Parts: sequence; C-alpha cells; structure tokens
Amino acid sequence: MYTFSSRLKTFSFILMIVGVLGIGYSFFTAPKDINDVEAILADQHGHHGDAHAEAADHHEAKDAHVQTADHSEAAHAEASHDAHGHAADAHAADAHNDEHHAHLEHVLHQLQNKPWAAVYVAALFFMLIALGALAFYAIQNAASAGWSPVVFRVMEGISAYLIPGAIIVFVLLVLGVMGTHHLFIWMDDEVVAHDHLIQGKSGYLNGTFFLIRAVIFMGGWILYRQYARKNSLAQDEANDNSYYKKNFKASAAFLVFFIVSESIMSWDWIMSVDPHWFSTLFGWYVFASFVVSAVTVIAMVTLYLKSRGYLEYVNTSHIHDLAKFMFGFSVFWTYLWFSQFMLIWYADIPEEITYFITRINDYNLPFFGMVVMNFVFPVLILINTDFKRLSWIVVMAGIIILCGHYIDFFNMIMPATVGDQWFIGAGEIGAILFFMGLFIFVVFSSIAKAPLLAKRNPLIEESKHFHY
Amino acid sequence: MSSHYEAPIRKPLVIGDKNFHDVTVDVAAPVEGRANKQWWIAFSIALAAFLWGVACVAYTVGTGIGTWGSNKTVGWAWDITNFVWWVGIGHAGTLISAVLLLFRQKWRMAINRSAEAMTIFSVIQAAMFPVFHMGRPWLAYWVMPVPNQFGSLWVNFNSPLLWDVFAISTYLSVSLVFWWTGLLPDFAMLRDRAVTPFTKRVYSIVSFGWSGRAKDWQRFEEVSLVLAGLATPLVLSVHTIVSFDFATSVIPGWHTTILPPYFVAGAIFSGFAMVNTLLIIMRKVSNLEAYITIQHIELMNIIIMITGSIVGVAYITELFIAWYSGVEYEQYAFLNRATGPYWWSYFLMMTCNVVSPQVMWFKKIRTSIMASFIISIVVNIGMWFERFVIIVTSLHRDYLPSSWTMFQPTFVDAGFFIGTIGFFFVLFLLYSRSFPVIAQAEVKSIMKTSSDKYKRLREEGHNNHSH
Repeated sequence: MYTFSSRLKTFSFILMIVGVLGIGYSFFTAPKDINDVEAILADQHGHHGDAHAEAADHHEAKDAHVQTADHSEAAHAEASHDAHGHAADAHAADAHNDEHHAHLEHVLHQLQNKPWAAVYVAALFFMLIALGALAFYAIQNAASAGWSPVVFRVMEGISAYLIPGAIIVFVLLVLGVMGTHHLFIWMDDEVVAHDHLIQGKSGYLNGTFFLIRAVIFMGGWILYRQYARKNSLAQDEANDNSYYKKNFKASAAFLVFFIVSESIMSWDWIMSVDPHWFSTLFGWYVFASFVVSAVTVIAMVTLYLKSRGYLEYVNTSHIHDLAKFMFGFSVFWTYLWFSQFMLIWYADIPEEITYFITRINDYNLPFFGMVVMNFVFPVLILINTDFKRLSWIVVMAGIIILCGHYIDFFNMIMPATVGDQWFIGAGEIGAILFFMGLFIFVVFSSIAKAPLLAKRNPLIEESKHFHY
Repeated sequence: MSSHYEAPIRKPLVIGDKNFHDVTVDVAAPVEGRANKQWWIAFSIALAAFLWGVACVAYTVGTGIGTWGSNKTVGWAWDITNFVWWVGIGHAGTLISAVLLLFRQKWRMAINRSAEAMTIFSVIQAAMFPVFHMGRPWLAYWVMPVPNQFGSLWVNFNSPLLWDVFAISTYLSVSLVFWWTGLLPDFAMLRDRAVTPFTKRVYSIVSFGWSGRAKDWQRFEEVSLVLAGLATPLVLSVHTIVSFDFATSVIPGWHTTILPPYFVAGAIFSGFAMVNTLLIIMRKVSNLEAYITIQHIELMNIIIMITGSIVGVAYITELFIAWYSGVEYEQYAFLNRATGPYWWSYFLMMTCNVVSPQVMWFKKIRTSIMASFIISIVVNIGMWFERFVIIVTSLHRDYLPSSWTMFQPTFVDAGFFIGTIGFFFVLFLLYSRSFPVIAQAEVKSIMKTSSDKYKRLREEGHNNHSH
C-alpha cells in the first residue's frame, strides 16, 4: 500500500493556494470599464512606440466577436485580415469615434474574458488528462494487454480526478450558459440575433441541449470509471475471473460510448468557442492531444512511485513501453495536426482559413512553438531505444510534452475568447498551479486507497514477467 | 523478443498435436505436392478474367480512354474507385506484419505472409489504373521527375497526385523488401527439402544463401524491426496521401479534414476483410486449419468491427459537420449523397460498412467461419461503394447545374476491373503453390509458449511437480 507522503500533500496544497492567489489576482486586475481599457492600451502603445499600432487596433474592433451586426457573416479573424485593407478609408471623425468606442468595448470583453479563459483552459486540460488515462486503461482492458496490468492502479488513480475535474468543468459550462462569463459567444442572445450562421446552428448550439449533452457524457465516463475501479478491486479478492470479464465487457462498451462522446465533447466545449468555424477532424485531433498527455502523466506518476520504492514489479521494460506510447501518440498528434492544418491551408477557403490566420498572426510563437514541443522534441529524444528506459529523460520529455499540449489547448480556446490580448500571466499560471495541485491531491489520495498491484488479474503474471 | 511466459487464459495459436517438424511438413506440403482439381478450376477462372481484362486494356490503349464511361463532369469514376479500393486492400498486409509486430501480437505470425503477398499483389492492381488512365502508358515515366530533356516538361510538386507516385512506389518497394526478408529462412527450408536439382537451384537463388547461422538470425531480427518501424509510417502515409488527392481540392464532399485518418481506417477495414476472404479459403484448401485457427479469424473479425465502427463515426461526423458548417454547398453535397440519384450506393455503403460489421459483437457470429466469410465479402463490396460514393456523387453535381449528369460505366470499365480481380487471383494462386504461405520460422518461435501441445505439456509438468 502506498501512503500519500505529507511532503507531497503539503506541496499540492501550496500549489492550490498559490494558484488561487494567481487566479484571484487576475480577476481583480481585469479592467472594469472602457476607461481602464483605454489606460491599458495607451500603456501598451507607449511601450511599442508604434505610430501605426493605433490605426490598426481600431480596425480590430470589427474583428473577433461577431458583435457588430454588419460583420456577423464573417468569421472572427477575418476582419483582422482586412483590417489593413480598410486602414486607409477610416477617416471620418464620427466613424472614428464610434469605432474607437466599439473597439474599447471589444477589448474590454476580451480582457474580462481572459481570467475565465485561463481557468477554463487549465480545468479542461487536467480533466481531459484524467479522461485520457481512463480511455487508455479501457483500451488495455479491452485488448487483454499483457504488459500493462502492473500499472493499472496508477491509471485508475489518475482517472479518479475525472470526478472533481468534470464537476469543475461542468460548473464553468453552467456559468457560461447563465451569462457569468462570455467564453461562448453563441450563448449571447444579442449576438445570435445578428448572426445568421449561428442561428442556423441553434438547434444544436443552445444552452439547454448543450448542458444535457455535458451531463450525459460526463455521467457516462464517471459511471464507467467507478464501475471498472470497483471490479478491479473486487478481482483482487476473487476466486475466479468473473470481475475481470465484467471489466473486459464494460471497457468495450465504454470505448464505443467514448469514441462518440469524445468527438461531440470536443465540438461542444472547444470548437464552439469559434462558432463559425468547423473541422471534421477536430474531435480526433483533441483526442490525440489529451491521450498523449495522459500517457505521459501515467509514465511520470509511475516513475515517481518507483523512485519512492513502490511498484516493485515495474521494470524498465514497462517504462520503455510507456515511453513508446508517448512517442507514438506524439507522432499521431502531429499527423492529425498536419492533416488538419495542411488541408485547410491548401484549400484556403475563407470559411475555414480564418482559424489559422488568427493563430498565425496573433499567436505565432505559441502556435508554431507547440509543434516543436509536441513533435520535433519528443521525436528526436524518444526515438532512441536506450533513452526510453532512462527515467530522467522520460521525465524531461514528459514535461515538454505536457507544456506543449497545454499550449495546444491554450491555442484552441484563447484566440476566440481573448483575441490578440493574450499573454501568459498570473491568471494562466495560477490556474495551472491550482489544477495541478488539485490533480496531485486527488490522484495520490486515490492511489493510496488500494494496493498498488492488481494481484488477481489473470494477466498479472505476464505483466510481472514482462521483459522486452 | 517477447516474454516467454504466457497467461493460462490465452488461447493456443497452434492447435492439435503439432511438433516442430510437423510445422515444416505442413507448410511445405502445398509447395511439394501437386495441385488438385479445385486449384486448376480456380486458376482457370482467374486466368480467363485476367485475359478478358488484358483485352479491355488493349482496347483502351488502342482506342483511347473515351472507351470508358467517364465524361466531362464525372472525369474520375471507376478508374480511381478501383485504384483506391485496391490500395486500401493492400494496407492490411503491412498492418499485420509491421504494426502488429510492433505491438507484439503473436497471432500475426500465421497470417502475415499471405497478408503481405496480398499487399504486393493488390498494389500492382492499383497502380494499373492511373497508368492506363494516362492514355499513353508508354509515357508513364513522365510522372517521375526525370532530367528534363523534353522541353518544359516537369512534374508538379504541388500536386497530391505526384505525392501518390512517390508514396506508392516507396510503399511497394519497402513492402517487397519486408516480405522477402521474412521469406528467406522459409525459402531456405524449401531449398533444403528440395528433391529435384531444379527446385533446389530456384529456392537457393531466392533464399539468398541463407545459412541459418546465429548471425543470420540476429541480423534477420534486427532488419525486421527496422523495416517494421519504416513500414508503419509508410502504410499510414500512403492512404493519407490517397485521401489528399480528394481532400486538397475545393469540392464539397471531398474537402474535409477527417479524410486522412478515415481513409486509413477504411483501408485497414477493407484490407482485413480481404485477408479473411483469402485465408478462410486457403486454410481449408491447403490444410492449414491448425495454424490459421478460429481464434485468428475471430481476432481479424474484431479488427473489422473496430475499424468499421471508426469509419462509421467518420461518416456520421461528416454528415453532422456538413449541417453544422452552415455552408450550403457542403449541406447539399451530403443531402445529395443520401437522397440524390445515387442514394442506393450511399445506402449500400452504410449498410455494408457500418451496419454489417456490428454483428461481430456476437461471439457466435465472429467465430463462425461461414458468417465471417460472408461478412468479409460484404465489407469488400461496401468499401468499393464507399469510394464510388465519394468520387462519383461528389462530381456528378457540378458547380454549374448545366453540367449535371450521371455516370454510365461501359463494358470496358467493367472488364478492366474484373481483369484486375482475375490478375490478383492468378498471382495469389501461383503464390499459394510456390511460396511457404505461413511464416514457419516465426511460428516455430512461438510453439513453446503458444501451441496447444506445449501448453498441455507444461500443464502436465506443473501437475507432476505439485504431486
């Protein structure tokens, strides 16, 4: 049995407290009205010292959020695209003032969104890690994998975070529907009233149906998690394989539910922040991103427990296999990233390309930086057989992969919610620390509740003797 | 390579009372024996179909591709449908040998040889369609970026069709090397058993002087792993690039981002179906039921069910996102697929590919040989219609309504397609009588852990110890 060390527990509490402070600070310092915004922008311009910046900024008022009626047809980023084209003809003083006002209003919304978006990205990311670990666990069960049963308890422990994680994300979604925050502009009736495209989708994108779907998906995942964990523990004391068989069947059923719910979840909670944009691959792309993060976390938690003297049957071959999955899923992620990006870039259709134009114009460094972190780096480091067996390399690569995939989710949410007003500040870091602290606390508390070896699993001997 | 311990709940992969020598004898038997009547009948039918195909191709080359049913609106029809269908079928071979090798699935050993043979034979069929679609196939080498002595001729590197040329030729060469490497020890086995000097000569040439020394084996294992590592991204890239042929264009129904992974899943799906079709017959005809067991068929059925479901999710995703996009062209393209004049092909695609594999959830069905055989044929038909739906229904409703038309295949279209099926079976039937159709050296490596006989011996050993 593992005991949750008080040092790690203290550490998780410190993370949570620092995180709350950071989040609180970012909410506290968010601008309250357009006067604050004017001060912030003036400050920014002072720093930049760029005479053109102001003119360009005015035109971004048209951009982003579909708040101005005449632009409701155009997808978000498009306007920032034509901004330069229009720069010359914005001369009339009245128009200028109106536009200036609209722009300030718009930046105000972006800056007020920012702390919420920061919390939302981190909440979603950690919940999806737990979900990814659960899906990976289900795959291992359904495939009757022989190498992995010695790390089943680690996967089960990580999936324990799914419950608090899903509840937090759900609360954030409810707050969105209630209008407390404005991450999802399609929830704003005012916007929809002027937006023909969103009106066409309102049969699907409406608050009630949105929350019903969330309840069904989260409920289904948690149900499987609890059921599989219960059977897994019961199998330890059983005399036959009946609980193992139950888990086998439940895992297959869960995977069917998962493949459908995961795609829809990604459209709902991520893709719909850009309500005009669509991509059929999006669901699988999101899956690749969180499953590689989940496998990385499984490897890191396993290595941590091993370094504390637990998990006696885990050998370097198991670590090697986990690292292979980190490598493989990194390549898989890149494959989907490239497919989505290249096809949209190549076809260059206005409806779709706006998505990448915003990211390349306003998020250049995080957008291409994450490709380096999520693809170039893991491929170069983890392709080496010997490296995949070295704990410190797996941990280092894991940290890069996790940071890279956090940035991936950041890039999915931020452009639509905060536009070009992004930066990684107290709110973003605070949210990461808070959820990391909560994650560590929940996961290790759960791991401490049961023996670390699924001793009566019929494949456990194979796993113990696993040698590659 | 893999662990020597195997959990008791695992089912044996070689059944019956087989020892090591029995494996050799059983695998060599179809090669050393004489062909029976059924083989000759099957071969004659295949050869006739092949010759009919040759005639149709000759007519095409002599007269021009106007002999096909393609028209100015539906410029791509059966030719590309058949091309994609054959390439897709090829995928399972590499998947079984490379991906399942990386995942240490021992059950692949009984089926990988034939699956790889199928890959190579079907890629050959696939390649013929673009070549003869060129109209002047003797200039086919112009698709290669050859030194430019022809004036301003140069390939277009921006075109996915050119990427196809590179992807498929690389794929064919790597698959061939992979296949042949695995064949070396087995050819050597046939060489060592050969009675006539002629067969001895032939098998010693094709076995490249395999000696069976430890060093040979060590290099063999190493090169297999390296080739598996190379083949895995290759197999995924091939169908991805085939999907780019469509997805890079701006045609509703073609331009959609899910196409690459969905094409790959579809390819694996149809490939496994074809492996099942071939092996269900072969295990019977060549008396290999002890090696290609019901367990193997069941596992392949499960893969068919999983990939069929993935493809199904992709169909539904496309359909939903077409509505969600709010783009009228997209919405129409999918509405037209389902309810337009080609509704029947969409319906066939849906029932064959999404609905039919779901019966595999029942253990009774997925362990029934007859049911597996029928489903495998149904899936092959469904996957052909999938490509037909994607290609023809997207094209036949042009942007200009004045160009709207239907596609009418001619006897030449049909003859060419039937000819490739004939050619494929000619190759496969010849293969089944001259090649070791089971990777016997590999199967022998798992006899101790996974064969029925040794499992029983171990069990008895345990009991004796405890007594």
